[in-house]
Amino acid sequence: MRADYLAKRFGVFLVIVWLAATLNFFLPRLSGMDPVRQKLLAQAQLGGYVQTGIEAMVKEYDQRFGLNRPLWRQYLTYLSDVSRLNFNYSIANYPRTVNEMMAEAIPWTVGLLGTTTLLSFSIGTFLGALLAWPRAPRWMRWLMPPLWALHAIPFFLLGLILVYLLAFRINVFPMFGGYSPGAFPGLTLEFAGDVLKHSILPAMSIVLVATGGWALAMRGMMVTTQGEDYVIFAEAKGLKSLTIFLRYCVRNAILPQTTALALALGQILSGAVLVEVIFGYPGVGTLLFLAIRENDHFLIQGIVFTVIVALGLATLLLDAIYPLLDPRITYRRK
Amino acid sequence: MRRNISLVIGIVLLSGLVLFVGIGHIVVDTSKARALSAPAMKPPSLQYPFGTDRQGRDLLAVMVAGTPLTLRIGFIAGFLGVGIGAILGFVSAYYRGKVDTVIRGIADIGLTVPGLLVLIIIAVSIKEGLTVDQMAIIVASLAWLNPTRTIRAQVLSLRERGYVEVARLSGMSGPEIIFKEMMPNLLPYLAATLVNAVSNAILASIGLEVLGLGPIESPTLGMTLYWVNYNAALINGWWWWWTAPIVIILIVFLGLFFLTVGLDEIANPRLRRAG
Repeated sequence: MRADYLAKRFGVFLVIVWLAATLNFFLPRLSGMDPVRQKLLAQAQLGGYVQTGIEAMVKEYDQRFGLNRPLWRQYLTYLSDVSRLNFNYSIANYPRTVNEMMAEAIPWTVGLLGTTTLLSFSIGTFLGALLAWPRAPRWMRWLMPPLWALHAIPFFLLGLILVYLLAFRINVFPMFGGYSPGAFPGLTLEFAGDVLKHSILPAMSIVLVATGGWALAMRGMMVTTQGEDYVIFAEAKGLKSLTIFLRYCVRNAILPQTTALALALGQILSGAVLVEVIFGYPGVGTLLFLAIRENDHFLIQGIVFTVIVALGLATLLLDAIYPLLDPRITYRRK
Repeated sequence: MRRNISLVIGIVLLSGLVLFVGIGHIVVDTSKARALSAPAMKPPSLQYPFGTDRQGRDLLAVMVAGTPLTLRIGFIAGFLGVGIGAILGFVSAYYRGKVDTVIRGIADIGLTVPGLLVLIIIAVSIKEGLTVDQMAIIVASLAWLNPTRTIRAQVLSLRERGYVEVARLSGMSGPEIIFKEMMPNLLPYLAATLVNAVSNAILASIGLEVLGLGPIESPTLGMTLYWVNYNAALINGWWWWWTAPIVIILIVFLGLFFLTVGLDEIANPRLRRAG
């Protein structure tokens, strides 16, 4: 069944990729806007006089970008471009390609998002399990209300509050950016420290909020598992309380947590985009923000497509690992 | 009711907000929420209790005028989302078969895609002169995914119950069973789903607005945060500019969150033991 399951999941992934590309292609065209003409007109206005040759230029660019061909040909060209991960030039920063600009931003986002997701998921799951353990210290109960309250706050809102408290009021952390303005990016220890210092506040605003969610979900699952017959049976057998806790309760409660992680990735990413904007963190979110400001359609489309595909891949990977965590899934016949 | 602290906290927070807006609309002149209607960059004073921003808006008036706009986006999108979600969820789970496969497939695939990014593509495509209601409809275009999925799961377990079986055997039609037998039993659950959907819609709309894709002319909470970010109010120490919107947004989210938890407890008595 295993190969079947993976094949099906891969099919879903392909559908996601195709949908993302198709939305990307058709939605902007539905609005009847002409990004190239708009950009040229805006530049002509900046220059202070109306260029006489503007129509000829629009024609020339339309030719170049293939915008004068029939829609279905454009669609096919677009699909083949996208399948080779070629997103064309950035409109606002013309000689630079979308790929170049994304290549600079992606490591920042992957670093920030990867670390924070792992941290909040593991801390949250651990905390949630402890919260449901009858033998946990009493003071842990006091953790619940703040976790609940934090969980309801959007990432970026907490980010704003943290910047004000820890960067503006008390000058502990830098307010803005991914590294100091004067620093020269390179593989030195000094630069790594600088980057770390700049990433603490954005990371904190994600981890503090997300941890609460994972802890609450884990606690809920733990409470349900603790009522199961096999746990009562294990108690009746006289197994050690720690063994019951770890091997009977946590082991089972962790499964839905992993499924939830696959589903939550998209939401976490949406939230992280705004955190980057608030902190001016040089990742994909900020790049997207700048692209929106400059009406750079190709860049926006490139980013949205890449991110959706990357997340689809991450979900696919999580699903592929899932049978390893839950041995039952391999035998189940659908 | 006395046991359900979450519900009480939620209701208190939200009615406080409604009172603020209601009294505000009587006392405060909301036309001051437009730019250039007050002196710029004044810290809070007797005349301007929340201060004024850089474009000369009275921030108290902005909050009084903007809070209902943001809530309006949330409610329109939330109602549309849960409405569509309920129809799809009921149809999908009650009739099963090919319809179910298609609806469930679409909802499952849609949910793995980061919603904000799809909304960005939609909003960018129709950027010119967005209104508050258009904004709500954009947000609603994805708001039905989650309700569809959760309501479907609830209906699936409900349709195996004895009383549904009896209704079916006594010759009730599908729609009749759905509306007369299942819907009343799911009402508390639908309410919790609705509150949750409203909260998600508000979050999505604020997200779009902070990115600069909102209704530029309207003084919604998200647009206020956009101007805060645009003018770097944080770095310049203009604390009054962002304090008011942040506090109100916090109250909105916390209120809606506690309301959902409270309604969940009513809808799902098993949770009461856990709490």
